[in-house]
Amino acid sequence: MPKPDSLQGSLDLLVLKILSRRPRLHGYAIMTAIKDMSGDVLRAEEGSLYPALHRMEEAGWIRAEWITKDTGRRARLYELTVAGKKQLAAEESRWQVVTSAVNRVLRMA
Amino acid sequence: MSLWSRIANVFRPERLTREIDEEIQSHIEEAIAQGRDPAEARRALGPALRLREESRDVRLIAWLDSLRADAVFGWRQIMKNKVTSAAAILSLALGIGACTSAFRLIDALLLRPLPVAEPEQLYALARQVIGPEGKPLTFDSWAYPAFHLMRAAVRGQAELIAISYAERTDLTYGSDAEMEKAYRQYVSGWMFNSFGLRPAVGRLFTESDDLRPGAHPYAVLSYDYWTSRFGRDAKVIGRTFRIGNDLYEIVGVGPERFTGTEPGTVIDIFIPTMMHPGVQRSDWTWMRTLARVKPGVAMEPLRAKLGATSRAFEEERATGLGGIPKQQIDEFLNQKLLLEPAATGVSDLQNDYRTSLAALGVLVALVLLIACANVANLMTAQAASRAREMALRVSIGAGRWRLVQLVLVESAWLAFFAAAFGGGFAWWSAPVVVSMINPPHNPARLFLPADWRVLGFGLALTVGVMLLFGLAPALRASAVKPVSALKGGEDPHSRRRLMQALIAVQTAFCFLVLFVAGLFVATFEHLSNRPTGFSAQRLLTLETVTVSPQPAALWDQVAEHLRVVPGVETVALASSVLLGGWSWNNWISVNGAPPNGVLAYLLQVSPGWIDAMKIPLIDGRDFRPADTYPGVAIVNRTFAKTYFNGEDPVGKPFEVVFSVGKRLRFEVVGLVGDVTYRDIREPILPQAYFPFHSIDAKGALQPIGQGTFIVRTSSANPLALASILRRELPRARPEFRVSNIRTQTEIDQSHNVRERLLARLALFFGVVALLLAGVGLYGVLDYSVLQRRREIAIRMALGAQAGDVARRVTVDVFGMVLVGACAGLALGFASVRYIETLLYQVKPTDPRMHALPALTILAAALLAALPPVIRAVRVDPATTLRAE
Repeated sequence: MPKPDSLQGSLDLLVLKILSRRPRLHGYAIMTAIKDMSGDVLRAEEGSLYPALHRMEEAGWIRAEWITKDTGRRARLYELTVAGKKQLAAEESRWQVVTSAVNRVLRMA
Repeated sequence: MSLWSRIANVFRPERLTREIDEEIQSHIEEAIAQGRDPAEARRALGPALRLREESRDVRLIAWLDSLRADAVFGWRQIMKNKVTSAAAILSLALGIGACTSAFRLIDALLLRPLPVAEPEQLYALARQVIGPEGKPLTFDSWAYPAFHLMRAAVRGQAELIAISYAERTDLTYGSDAEMEKAYRQYVSGWMFNSFGLRPAVGRLFTESDDLRPGAHPYAVLSYDYWTSRFGRDAKVIGRTFRIGNDLYEIVGVGPERFTGTEPGTVIDIFIPTMMHPGVQRSDWTWMRTLARVKPGVAMEPLRAKLGATSRAFEEERATGLGGIPKQQIDEFLNQKLLLEPAATGVSDLQNDYRTSLAALGVLVALVLLIACANVANLMTAQAASRAREMALRVSIGAGRWRLVQLVLVESAWLAFFAAAFGGGFAWWSAPVVVSMINPPHNPARLFLPADWRVLGFGLALTVGVMLLFGLAPALRASAVKPVSALKGGEDPHSRRRLMQALIAVQTAFCFLVLFVAGLFVATFEHLSNRPTGFSAQRLLTLETVTVSPQPAALWDQVAEHLRVVPGVETVALASSVLLGGWSWNNWISVNGAPPNGVLAYLLQVSPGWIDAMKIPLIDGRDFRPADTYPGVAIVNRTFAKTYFNGEDPVGKPFEVVFSVGKRLRFEVVGLVGDVTYRDIREPILPQAYFPFHSIDAKGALQPIGQGTFIVRTSSANPLALASILRRELPRARPEFRVSNIRTQTEIDQSHNVRERLLARLALFFGVVALLLAGVGLYGVLDYSVLQRRREIAIRMALGAQAGDVARRVTVDVFGMVLVGACAGLALGFASVRYIETLLYQVKPTDPRMHALPALTILAAALLAALPPVIRAVRVDPATTLRAE
């Protein structure tokens, strides 16, 4: 089993969200998207990305497909499945609950 | 999908690794294309190996993957030692196959419930009396009137069902020339309904098919007979066939799996009990009684009620018996009624073979255990040579269970192949054994389905066997201590001790198997060498039936016709053959005195019969053509001893006392030697022979419907004449037909079929056990010599003699053999009482019975020890020590 790291938990959410906006991305593009969209704040640890992708693939949230790029190299593109959409909604609402709770604590304390 | 892909990924590991690597590679290329430094990009990703492992573990089932890897490794190990692996697989296969085969037989004959509704509610009624030697005798035959009374007595609590003994009979669907044989059984009309059976075609009997004697000439065919005889032709309904003078109409076919209630016999034709000629006779017991007990009915009161009814019936009957000693009648009346569970049916085959099959089952189980011990030793020896490999695995981080798994998977390979071959062996051998059970003219038929019961047994056996021979070596291998193993070897003695203990166990089991095999072989020898008092050589018996009873003179005419057939020496007639299983007995009265309680056995024979049978005539004369029954008799020595105090009875009269009080008077005209009459095991019975021709009260000759021609041929192989005689008989008189031709030798041998089977199989497994134990001994000695090479070399270098070395190498193992043989002897003594009923004139305490297995094992042990000992004394100190 992969070791938990700092982004664990939120990494899944970010990957799912990005794939819901932009289908068919390869691993590097997902990583770049996280970095760009968060304004360079969030940075997925490159070593954790692929085990996480493979885990989500096995869980049936995303599916992968090999394509041949113009360079002749093959790349593996990921996209969201129906189960992945549900999972995204669940994770998103969980995230909202947690962040609003954290915010409340920050405000009150 | 995901579980499936994870399983699938286990079996394509290269592809999985390649894909992961390729994806990582594409990531790095992308990074480089974005202008990043290749080394930095790689560093950011972390070690590729770890990534690959992490992703792999996510994308396949880790434990399955390790199992696969072990399976591949185990396969390589097996292929590396082809010869030893093949030997291990073969011996295990033989053991597993023989055990499965034995289970198939035991299951089919003794364990499998009848394919009827609620078989557990079925019981068989039997009676137990105290026999002449104080031993309880059980019999399950009943007269129909007694059955009728008992059925009425327990109505509402249990339903009684009458089922006759299965009988092979002659019948024809066309002319008399087209007679064929089929198994017929008389059954109560309500049997099918009570068993919850439905017809395949037509209808089955109901209660209204079984009401009045002789009034229901209908037949139901069994599905098996319908298939083999009529090819499942539905038009068979309404066809008629004839048995004797009775015409029967086929009304239906039974359900597919129902073959009757007698395991060992497949019934062809069912007929209502009311059609049996003895259905109204209270002195003719021709059927079994089954009871279907209603749920919740207490057994003991039911049994008591049935017993009281049966006793009342017999008491009523006994009042009609004249001249029989009261004590004897009381002895007969004091019978205990038994209700025995009959969920698996009832048959003589079950009773005859229950103990035999159990004994064989134990023998094959022992052989399997010997094989297991062998393979365990083999694995232990292999584990020893792999100690360093194991130690290396432990030192680079393999867990203990991982090593157990590694060795067990290898065992599983062996067990798997052994089970596959063993299954084939069981498939082939079980029917072969069944075909050996009965004499060839009357084979036992047992359905041997290979269903979940058999498969489950085989599977459980395989797993059990695998754990038995694989677990100990696996645990031992996993307990390896890297430091000591890598240093050059741990304590070698501990491993040898396990192997030697197994040798002792093997020897004990081998001794037991050989001991029991010896008992069975000796029993068979004694039985087959028992003198019968007549000569069976060149004798052919022709059981003959006629369309309707024919005048006695015609029978003589046919005999005359056969006498002139080339190759025929003499021809005589008898009502039956000796040792044919048929018997006729009655009480004898001398000088009007009451019978002495000993039954005499009777047979009607023609003039020339004692000559054809080569029975010595001691005094008096043979019958003459004019002699008739009743009138004159020839008796044997035992008869003279029993009724005439051993005096010469020739010229003296005696009377045969019939149950109904009728007496017939005979004058002894001849005294002959003793012959076996009914069973080859029992003591010689008092016998009286009467003329073949009978006269009625008015003195008129009676017509005869069946008899047996006894033909002594001039050729050594009497069967060569069989087909000629079969043709000649109807040519002499068209009304006559041969229903069965057997040689007298075959009839004699049919009495030791079981003993022959036991002797053969036990001997076979004895040889296998000996072989396996020998191979095991050889393996252990060989291994120990290999291990002690250095020690031997040092001893020899210091001046040890060859004899000394040989003694050192073998002394432990031979000690173990001795211990094992003693244990085997003790086991033999302990187990012999379970098989006592299978033995004949063999004393288990006879020292010869012990010496034989002991000497055989000793010889085998010496033979097995020879090659390793030679190897030990040939050790060249210089070479060996230099190599190390």
